[in-house]
Amino acid sequence: MNMMSEGATEKAVNAPQPLPTVKMKGEDVCVFYGEKQALYNVNIDVRENSVTALIGPSGCGKSTFLRCLNRMNDTIDICRVAGNITLDNENIYDPAIDVVELRARVGMVFQKPNPFPKSIYENIVYGPRIHGLVTTKGEMDEVVEKSLTRAGLFNEVKDRLHEPGTGLSGGQQQRLCIARAIAVSPEVILMDEPCSALDPIATATVEELIDELRENFTIVIVTHSMQQAARVSQRTAMFHLGNLVEEGDTDKIFTNPDDPRTQDYITGRFG
Amino acid sequence: MTNATTRLPTPAGVPKSGSLLVRGRRTQKRHAAEFRFRMMGLAAVVFGITALFGLLAAILSNGLSSFQQTSVVVDVFLDPAKLDKGGKRDLEELQKVTTFAYAPLIQNGLTKVMEDHGIVVDGLSDKKAAELLSKEAPAQLRRYVLANPAKIGETVSFSLLANGRIDGYYKGRVSMESAALDRNVSPEQLMLADKLKEAGVLTTSFNVAFFTAPDASDTRPEAAGLGVAIIGSLYMMIIVLCLALPLGVAASIYLEEFAPQNKWTDLIEVNISNLAAVPSIVFGILGLAIFINYAGLPQSAPVVGGLVLTLMTLPTIIIATRAALKSVPPSIRDAALGIGASKMQSIFHHVLPLAAPGILTGTIIGLAQALGETAPLLLIGMVAFVREFPAAPPEGFFDPAAALPVQVYNWTQRGDPAFVERASGAIIVLLIFLIVMNGIAILLRRRFERRW
Repeated sequence: MNMMSEGATEKAVNAPQPLPTVKMKGEDVCVFYGEKQALYNVNIDVRENSVTALIGPSGCGKSTFLRCLNRMNDTIDICRVAGNITLDNENIYDPAIDVVELRARVGMVFQKPNPFPKSIYENIVYGPRIHGLVTTKGEMDEVVEKSLTRAGLFNEVKDRLHEPGTGLSGGQQQRLCIARAIAVSPEVILMDEPCSALDPIATATVEELIDELRENFTIVIVTHSMQQAARVSQRTAMFHLGNLVEEGDTDKIFTNPDDPRTQDYITGRFG
Repeated sequence: MTNATTRLPTPAGVPKSGSLLVRGRRTQKRHAAEFRFRMMGLAAVVFGITALFGLLAAILSNGLSSFQQTSVVVDVFLDPAKLDKGGKRDLEELQKVTTFAYAPLIQNGLTKVMEDHGIVVDGLSDKKAAELLSKEAPAQLRRYVLANPAKIGETVSFSLLANGRIDGYYKGRVSMESAALDRNVSPEQLMLADKLKEAGVLTTSFNVAFFTAPDASDTRPEAAGLGVAIIGSLYMMIIVLCLALPLGVAASIYLEEFAPQNKWTDLIEVNISNLAAVPSIVFGILGLAIFINYAGLPQSAPVVGGLVLTLMTLPTIIIATRAALKSVPPSIRDAALGIGASKMQSIFHHVLPLAAPGILTGTIIGLAQALGETAPLLLIGMVAFVREFPAAPPEGFFDPAAALPVQVYNWTQRGDPAFVERASGAIIVLLIFLIVMNGIAILLRRRFERRW
């Protein structure tokens, strides 16, 4: 271990950047919905402070895998997960793990913006409050301002913090959801096609935001847009029919993929 | 790639018609079918509305008069020689004096009124003239004297109820011809009533006692009121609300959000739907067997009625609540879970507030249903003749009481036509309660409904 890292530092000047540490790791992950198997032995590393994009045709299991990462699949009765998924080397499917704690550390942003039908302020404050991160009014104001600023929304909504979050535009709502997710200071943020319901301008804003968030958070994003994956991610994993086809640096996947299926998919021949 | 540019062939077999202004045969048939269907729907609506208006008109025309009551103002000398022979104004002694002692006083009072106004009716004895007044009048006097013993020896002005027949005379129920055939009332009495009315002694005014007085016996329909029935119904609604709402909502939340999907929960679900369709009288039998015979709760008590109605209302509330919970978009649950809320937090902080309008509406509809329910109450003895007002809750829950719909049923069983009027009046009161409750349900729905 030690030797390897020394070697890496020496070459750092002109060689590719050293790989960041692994934040989450999937080992032989199989997912079943009842009798039907949705994922087959997926092995994947999610690296710290980088954006990992999960791509693949519809129904390939990328969203299923994403939802495994914070155990959102627990809400589906017939869903069963085999294999290990670790967060900082702790198996998140360990029976002793508290799933609420896990989700506080691995937050999620959904495909369709889903703010609570409450005020913008309440939307942000809810998470920190139930986790006991804020108690006084001052702390709440601070977390609201900080989260909204980080989500690039504060200037747009600062005068109407107490108006309903559902009154915002689609792009603003999605950024509100991102702000809500980062308000509880998670380590990993999962995004399930966060831009699919947004217009190109709102998409560009959210993509910029994702790029900025990378400094402080580890991000996993499911996307249908090749361009988006290429633009925002450092690592890309390609899924097909429940199998992980290929995983690697985004640059490499998009320029010189190893697997012909990846080649076909990114050039638009199927999917 | 070439496929994309080739056009789909036009479907074969569709003949091209000439002008769009000329309807083809198929189109004509379609339009005719649509027209027939629209007319049938309209006819159904018109029939329904006619039936409703017919019903309302019948009830209102029969019942509205019960909100008016005829009474006679009589100055009565509370004769100490009759009411308090000992002269000590001792309550125990006073209570031994029955209404029979009061009747002559009223008769004297009425005779004096007639003398004062110079009213003479041929062939009418003083005793017969006094029968113009309700049999309730002596009881009214006695209650007054027992409450104010100091007034004995004075002349006090009373507004005494007129007999039901006299009251009916002014409501068009009794006429001179029918009075001639009726042994309860004579044409002479009606003539006296007319003269008293001219003198301004006999008046018709709003019937407050209808809402506050207890039921009365067969011979004095003019004194019968809904007081005990309204309180009984109110007590039962309190019990139903306090039991059925928390139980129903808790059961729904568990079944909808926490329970695993297996054959046991399926069985429970089917049975809840079935329970909602069980005839209400079956719940009455159940109440009789379990709450009265087994648990030994008192008969005719609001507590038993409330428990039985709770059982009846529960399925309604559970079904409405589950539907309301189901209609909350899953994205809200996901949103809460995604930021680390526990399942319970996501339900109580987000799902339940959104489902609240539906739950409240279901509860109020269930309560309204329970308020109008008669059959099970008959079986647990709430049809009894109750003149005593129940005490304040919680003891009052165990005192005998009546209920509004049962009072209606009870009055329709009685012989005197004046009770038909009372029954219709009670139906109007019941309908007003139901309309108010449904109105509240609609208001709550509007108020709490939130868009997402």
